[in-house]
Amino acid sequence: MSSTPQLPPIAKVEQKTIVDLIARGRRIDERSLTDYRDLRIETGLVQKANGSALVHLGKTKVMTGIKVELGEPFPDTPDQGVLTVNAELVPLASPSFEPGPPSEGAIELARVVDRGLRESKSIPLEKLCLEPGKKVIIVFVDIYVLDHDGNLIDASAISALAALLTSKMKSFEVESGEVRAKDELVPLPIHNEPVAVTVAKIDGNMVLDPCLEEELVVSSRLTVTSDREGNICAMQKGGMGPFTDQEIRQAVKIAIEKGKQIREVIRGATVQT
Amino acid sequence: MNKSETRLIDDNGLRVDGRKLDELRPIKMEVGMLEKADGSAYIEQGKNRVIAAVYGPREAHPKHIALPDRAVIKCRYHMAPFSVEERKSPAPSRRELELSKVIREALEASIVSELYPRTSIDIFIEVLQSDGGSRCAGINAASLALADAGVPLREIVAACAATKIDGKIALDPSDIEDKQGEADLPVAFTPKSNAVTLIQMDGSLTEEEFNQALDMAIGACRKINEMQIEALKRKYVAVKEQAEESREATA
Repeated sequence: MSSTPQLPPIAKVEQKTIVDLIARGRRIDERSLTDYRDLRIETGLVQKANGSALVHLGKTKVMTGIKVELGEPFPDTPDQGVLTVNAELVPLASPSFEPGPPSEGAIELARVVDRGLRESKSIPLEKLCLEPGKKVIIVFVDIYVLDHDGNLIDASAISALAALLTSKMKSFEVESGEVRAKDELVPLPIHNEPVAVTVAKIDGNMVLDPCLEEELVVSSRLTVTSDREGNICAMQKGGMGPFTDQEIRQAVKIAIEKGKQIREVIRGATVQT
Repeated sequence: MNKSETRLIDDNGLRVDGRKLDELRPIKMEVGMLEKADGSAYIEQGKNRVIAAVYGPREAHPKHIALPDRAVIKCRYHMAPFSVEERKSPAPSRRELELSKVIREALEASIVSELYPRTSIDIFIEVLQSDGGSRCAGINAASLALADAGVPLREIVAACAATKIDGKIALDPSDIEDKQGEADLPVAFTPKSNAVTLIQMDGSLTEEEFNQALDMAIGACRKINEMQIEALKRKYVAVKEQAEESREATA
């Protein structure tokens, strides 16, 4: 059952400072309203994974590991591989994260990233089918939040995509019904690059990449995931406040534009040699 | 989402169930048909059969979740095991957990929760039969149940989805359109305040198509909002008639 969250307390003065600054087009960390914090992407940190990426977005840190395994397809899609996205809000990342089954926040995070990857057809699942109905390739995308300083959705989506773009897997051969793994490593087929950009509304103003302190005064947020062609492939509103329809249209424009810039940064960090 | 396997729009521009692109499925609403709940509502939207009930404002349970300056809103969206083609496990799925959250937020935007500090308002949505757009039907029923329970609302929240089928933007997708369509855009909206309180999307839409789909969904929410108000009025007319009858009987 979902219930109204208890937000960590934030001093009224601080709240006022954040809101007043934003009303004047400024932020507590000197950014403009549509600036992202510094974005740094490291790849290949975990050799035992098929691919991995650690994203630093300001002080937010999110790692994603990719594991590729053989398995059975879902009965309703016998000729497609399987994509599974999971997110862990690791207790060491924030005083508000606790061990135990995934919270609704973790589930939402994973599902929003999943929708972006799936709906943009970034992973061509039909190419991951080895033997229809029997053997397919399963791609596990495990998002690990290591330090929570705001904007987890965008940071997670970036790290998931960067990890996928740098993933290598064994190539498989099917010979008379037998699936055989070859030693040769090939890149995971990736056909699109979805980027999630979350637009947060603070006292009627649209802000990108809120840090944690800012998130505490965000009334609502809208995540817009756009693909390589600039089409929208996923969207999710969060928070208890509303958006007007004009605000949504404005947010979509901002998010598609920013998405292009972030896609370039991800490409730069994941160039395969 | 799969590419269209069968044609979803025929040569006359009509959909599989004979609807026009911007036509809603038939909707039937009933308010207050549960005895024990403080408020309840039942909705049929196409083949969707959804029942919603509200308890509260009541004592928050467990106590530590109570908030000092407002009511806690709790929400559970749940699908009955028999509501879909293949039996669904009654345990809440990840999808149901996510929808419970976004539906809570969609309704919470309209509830005047600051009037009931330290209490809890509990919303239960049970999908008895699902036919595409069950979260929207759930929101439509839940806001009626909230009103029926006497919970002060800024406005009645209405919800409806838009989709893209065979390359065209269309309203209120049914099950097959939801599965084979190229996009799904559920929207919850309150007309007077021009407030979108829920929006989700998956599929593929250009910005232009999105704007068109959003307009269509918001237009439908306006219509549904009027139907909801009518459904509430019907209940109170019935209550009034009953009261008058019993007064005449005692006189």
